[in-house]
Formats: sequence, C-alpha cells, structure tokens
Amino acid sequence: MNTNQLIEAFRKFLPAEAILHEAEDLRPYECDALSAYRQLPMIVVLPRTEAEIAAILQTCQAERIPVVARGSGTGLSGGALPHAEGVLLSLARLNHILEIDPAAGTARVQPGVRNLAISEAAAYYGMYYAPDPSSQIACSIGGNVAENSGGVHCLKYGLTVHNILRLRVLTIEGDLLEIGADALDSPGFDLLALMTGSEGMLGIVTEITVRLLPKPETVKLVMAVFDDVRKAGEAVASVIQAGIIPAGMEMMDKITIHAVEDFVHAGYDLEGAAILLCESDGMAEEVADEIERIRTILQASGATRISLAQDEAERQRFWAGRKAAFPAAGRVSPDYYCMDGTIPRKHLAHVLEQIEQLSAEYGLRCMNVFHAGDGNLHPLILYDANQPGELQKAEAFGARILEICIEAGGSLTGEHGVGIEKLNQMCLQFNDAERNRFHAIKAAFDPQSLLNPGKAIPELHRCAEFGAMHIHRGAEKFPEIPRF
Amino acid sequence: MQTLPDHFIDTINAAIENKQPLRIRGGGSKDFYGNPQALQHSSILDTSTWQGVVDYEPSELVITARSGTPLAELEKLLHDHSQMLAFEPPHFSTAATLGGCVAAGLSGPRRAYTGAVRDYVLGTKLLDGQGSILSFGGRVMKNVAGYDVSRLMTGAMGTLGVLLEISLKVLPKPAVERTLRFQASTPEALAIMRRCTAEPLPISATCFHNDQLYVRLSGAESAVQTAHARLGGDEIKDKDDFWESIRDHTHPFFQEGKSAEKSLWRLSIKPTTPPLSLPGKQLIEWGGALRWFVTDEDTDAAVIRKHAADAGGHATLFHGNKTAIPVFHPLSPALLKIHRRLKQQFDPAGILNPQRLYTEF
Repeated sequence: MNTNQLIEAFRKFLPAEAILHEAEDLRPYECDALSAYRQLPMIVVLPRTEAEIAAILQTCQAERIPVVARGSGTGLSGGALPHAEGVLLSLARLNHILEIDPAAGTARVQPGVRNLAISEAAAYYGMYYAPDPSSQIACSIGGNVAENSGGVHCLKYGLTVHNILRLRVLTIEGDLLEIGADALDSPGFDLLALMTGSEGMLGIVTEITVRLLPKPETVKLVMAVFDDVRKAGEAVASVIQAGIIPAGMEMMDKITIHAVEDFVHAGYDLEGAAILLCESDGMAEEVADEIERIRTILQASGATRISLAQDEAERQRFWAGRKAAFPAAGRVSPDYYCMDGTIPRKHLAHVLEQIEQLSAEYGLRCMNVFHAGDGNLHPLILYDANQPGELQKAEAFGARILEICIEAGGSLTGEHGVGIEKLNQMCLQFNDAERNRFHAIKAAFDPQSLLNPGKAIPELHRCAEFGAMHIHRGAEKFPEIPRF
Repeated sequence: MQTLPDHFIDTINAAIENKQPLRIRGGGSKDFYGNPQALQHSSILDTSTWQGVVDYEPSELVITARSGTPLAELEKLLHDHSQMLAFEPPHFSTAATLGGCVAAGLSGPRRAYTGAVRDYVLGTKLLDGQGSILSFGGRVMKNVAGYDVSRLMTGAMGTLGVLLEISLKVLPKPAVERTLRFQASTPEALAIMRRCTAEPLPISATCFHNDQLYVRLSGAESAVQTAHARLGGDEIKDKDDFWESIRDHTHPFFQEGKSAEKSLWRLSIKPTTPPLSLPGKQLIEWGGALRWFVTDEDTDAAVIRKHAADAGGHATLFHGNKTAIPVFHPLSPALLKIHRRLKQQFDPAGILNPQRLYTEF
C-alpha cells in the first residue's frame, strides 16, 4: 500500500485534519527530545478516540505497516523516532481526564493527558499524582507508562509502575486488554508491570487509571554543601542507614552548580564541590523531627554549609536550580547529551572519578546531576554539534559511561528508556538468551513485530557486530574477514 | 561436584524428555495454593536447599538471596539492621521460602499502605522451561532496560520459570508502631478506613472483624502520637501477635475458613465498594480493598465471582473444594491468549507447574 492508498483507507474513519502527510506537516514529528536521530514518517495520524485507534491498528496490521506511538515527544532515548515506512500514531489528542475518584484515590485518564495536569486537577481534592519527571509540564502520562518514568521523589513514592492501577491496551491484533483492576491486584501474570516501560512495543495504551495520594501537610528542604563529592555520597548513605527515606535526595557537582547558578540564581554556594538537596514531607511533627536528624547526619558527614529553606519560596528556589539543570546545560554549551545510568550508590565516587577521567580523555566537559537516593546518574555531556566529530565523540563518551554503570552492577537506563539510543549497550547488559526472551515477549503481543519495530531490544546480529567492535575498540583484527 | 542449579537444569532437561510435569517447591508452606490438578503425576523440583544471602548492604536498601532461603531467616537478618520487607509477606508456616513468597505474589496487612511484593522486586535470576539461566532487572532501584521480566515472575506461581535468586528493595523499620481498636459496624468501619487513606496519616494496616476495627500506625514517635490523637481509639497490647495471626491466617476466622465443609474466599475489589451482601462471615483488610469470606462449601462460586467482578475486582478460592472450582478468577479470552503465548515462550514443553495457575496452561 502506498502513501495515497493508506491516506484513503484512513479517510474512511478519520477526518482529513487528523491525517498529516505533507513533508512540512510531518517535520515536527521527525524526532523526540533526542534530536540527534531524525526520521520523517510516512504518515502522522491524530486520532481522538479509542475506536479510531483500533481502526488505525487494524488497517496497519492488515497491510503490515509499522506503527510508532508518540505522546508529547519529550522522550530522551529516541523511543518515538518515526519509522520511514510507518505510521506515527500521536496520542496527543486523547487528552481528557475522564474521572477523578477522591474516595478511592484514583484518576482515570487518557494517554495524552500531561503528567502535571493530573496533579493540577487532583489538587481540588487535596491530592496529587506522585511521579514527577522534570518534564512533567509537557510529558504525557501515556509516555510515562511507556518509559516507566520516575522523578525526584521516586525513592519514597516509587516510579510509574508503582503508581498505576489499570490500563486499557489495544493490541495490534485488535484485542482490547483490560490489564490491572480497580482493586490492588488482579489474577494471572503481572501484565501491568510488563506493559510499564515497554516503550510502545507491546500494545497501544488507550486509558490509564493512576493512584492519587493525599498531599503531605508539610514539606521541608535542606541544602547541604560539601567540599568533596565523596563526602556528599557518604552523607547520602548515612541518611539512609539511619532509617530515613527522604522524599527527595538530589546531588549536583561543581560544574552543574556553576551552570545553574548563573542561570536561575538559586543561591547555591559556588565554592562547593557538591550540593545535596534533601527533602522531608509528612505531618508537621514528623517532618520537624526528620529534618533535625538529617541536619545532624549531614553535619557529621562533613557538610561545610547547611541551609534549611525558610519558606515555600525559598524551597522552590533551591529546587529551581536542580530542575533547571538541563536548560542550564543548554545555556553553557551549544549542545548536550544526557545519559541515564544507574549504579549501586556505594560506587558513586568511583564512577564520578571515572567520568572525570573520560571527560579529560575526550576533551568534553560533563555536568553531573544525580538522583542520589536511588542511584540514578544523569551525566550531561557538553559538546558542539557544529564542530566536526564532536557529536561522535560525545556519543562515544556517553557509551563509555553506560558501560561503567553496567560494570558497577547498575543499569544502562534508569528512567529514560533504551529507545534507539542505547541498543548497543543492551548487548552488554543482557546475553543472547535473555534478549531472545525479550523478543519472545514481544512476539506474544505483536507476532508480526509492527509496533515500534527496531527499538528497545537489539537484534542478535547487531549485538554480534557490536560485540566485535566493543572487544577490539577500533583495533580490529583481521579486517579482511567479512563480518555479516 | 555438581552445583544445585546444574542439578535443576538436569531435572528440567529430563522432564522435557520424559514429558514429566514438575512441581516447583520450596518449603511447601503454600502447597495448598493453586489448582490441585497440578499435583497429579508431577514430580517435585525442590528449591529448599538452594539457600543463602548473596548480597546485603543496608545502606543500599537492597538484599539479594537465593530462592530457598527461609523467609524467617531473611526477615531476622533485616530486623538486625532495623530493616524489613515492607510488603509483610504471609508465611503460613515456618518453612516458607523467599522463592515461594515471590512466586505466589502474596502480600500481607501492610500491602495497601506500602505496596505489594511485586513493588519491591528489583531483579531475578531464573531458570526457564528450556533449562536456560537468565537474569533480569538488577540490584538498583531504577532500571528500565528491557521488559520487566522480574515483576512478570512475581505471582506467576512458577509457571514461567524456577526462581533462583531474587533482589528486593527493603525499607527501614518504623521507629514506633501502635495499634488502635474501635467498635464499629461494617459501614462505619469502611468509612473510617477510607478516611485513613484520604488523609496523610502514618497508617500501615487496617482490619475489621466482628464489629472491631483495628488500625495500625507506624512511623516516627511524633507522627504516631499525632495520628493517635486525631483518630482516637483504644491502644491494644498484643499487637504483634494480632497482625501475625491475620498475616499467617492463624486467627480463628481463618482457621474456620480452612475447616471441613467451609470455604475461604479472598475478594480483592475496589476499596470504596459498600458492604457486600454475601453469605457467611467476613473479615476486611487493606482499607476495604480486601474482603475475606468464610462460606459454606456449597455456596455458589459464580455468585461470589460476580460480586467481585461487579466491584471492579476478582475472587480467589483460598481454601475449599478446589477440584470442583477453579482457584483463580477466570481471565478474559484476550488475556488468556496472551498468558498462553507467554507460557509457550518461557516453557514450551509445559513442564513447569502446569495447571497450577489456570488449567488451560
């Protein structure tokens, strides 16, 4: 089926304005927030209802046309990168909050609803949706499910997988799966967990029931400055060892402190080698106790300065710096490349030292922001795409960082997903048998491999090629032998 | 010398060859759980000697242990470091193992407030139905590389693989716990339970039976103090024994449910559901989301399942005549199709706990 025939087929159930096919209309969809990878799709469709989605999938299945789902396009791993011969399925128009049930503590929403919009609507009832990725003002809840998004409060409140109850999912074969329940569990396999973080590879989520929590009465934030990153890392371990689970625990290194302070004037200490933000929430009395205990521990861990945000405005200002780390990187460098490795916290200092060495080796600066509570690193590699070869250098540097994370017993991605970006490193984290099982899971839902094909799980031949490259690091032996 | 996992692999390979179904068994504390058809003609794959904590660093909040490790031993170790398994798993007997706990996917009184076993599973090493050892997830809090196979294994009743090693997130033990008791009717108790969830109070368990509502508070001294003042109620003394009797079903209510000519039904439903009009005795947990019924054995299962489904949930026959009634709530045809395909992919020979979850696979 060519483009025109497909448009004609879609026109039977979609209005003309819901089908985009001119190059200039397709352009905004050519990439997600990982703009290094770009590809125009054949067609973009913008359905408004589940029935329209079902019809789109049916058409694509019959004609074996790949389908790539997209929410707000804020993904950082190229998971929503279009397929050249495929349909890009935008879920942005399914943007209604269908129901808020304050008594049950749930909200039923469509996939295109923005993450923050849920909390805004729930605020009327004194409730909120806990996972708060930094892009929450723009990112969609459907995208959050696809990536299992976290945020700065997930040590205490969990990731998307811990905060959703139910999904409606359309398979490419036309089945509607009701996964999860209004109850706290459901019979059979935990498909809710399997769908969460599956990067649009298994089905199209058409409705989500999320859990809402009562807003904490009191929130307090402490900022501690350290003259040594290692001490800051040890302070994090000490807080947790003392039996405290802070609502948020975030760390920034010196280069990040400088970049964000220039940008948002958060009041950060420019002399510090690391800043730790540590938040406590709950009932007024317990927060007061916990903050006191946290201060004592930070003091004992060698903090050179500890400040308690005196009011809500100051708390917001302290956070503003951390939340502006990415735009701040964009200000100090023409381009930046954001990584997402996770490590056991105890290896933090060692991993940061290795990143510093690599930074010197590649001649590229690297800012480090860190969800310290749960061991999720976000190194931001600064580069200039206009300098020939710098993008490739940044990518090679990033790949090395992920390999270090895997060697340290961590994972190549904590919350941004594999997408198109980290396929090679998947070959390091999983062996052939494990990757085969991933492919088998996909086949159970999508036997023809039409949903977001080529993402998230590398094919075996790719890993064989990457393995060869990886071992030899450019010094390939016997280059005359043909390989694949 | 042959290691134990090597022996498991040999057992699986022999089972494939002989078309011999295997029953994976740790301590046997949950032998009663699941369809009894699974017991027929199966030979036992015993994981109970595959014991030991592989890695535990309290400041990382992660523990990794082999599947045969006794649950009690694991909890003792965590307790010594003032930590705990936050989902308060049922033991049912002293023999309960970590592997059985994860495979059954059952959580205890704390579940509605701190999460289920699946919420704390970070990684697994498993042996699939083709004798391959596979690792998924890891020992870090956040990990979205690949599909979440570790959580898929949780509650799969051993039908997709033999769990060898499991990494769990653990939490600090609360500094103080206090249990309050209130006299209440069923509607009153449900209303108080909902209020406890709607307000940011440090609740860690609720249970209602025989006009008595029990509410457990857990947290810092100040938080528990304040919450007690707000809620009122009488503090009870033997609180640990009480919650253990609910968790492990040694409470007289559950004892009756296990007795001859009675059935114990577990209804997991939308927590705001009004009192259900089912025959028999009732015990409510999880803020209204879990309702246990002890009924006469001949009570119509279809009626019970309809009530559960209408209330947005499902019903499990925990104890009773399981040869006549499927233990787990039937799946929709679309979901059953996916289940069968997943089973086919992980265990093509169909030798791992066949029929234990659903008689269709």
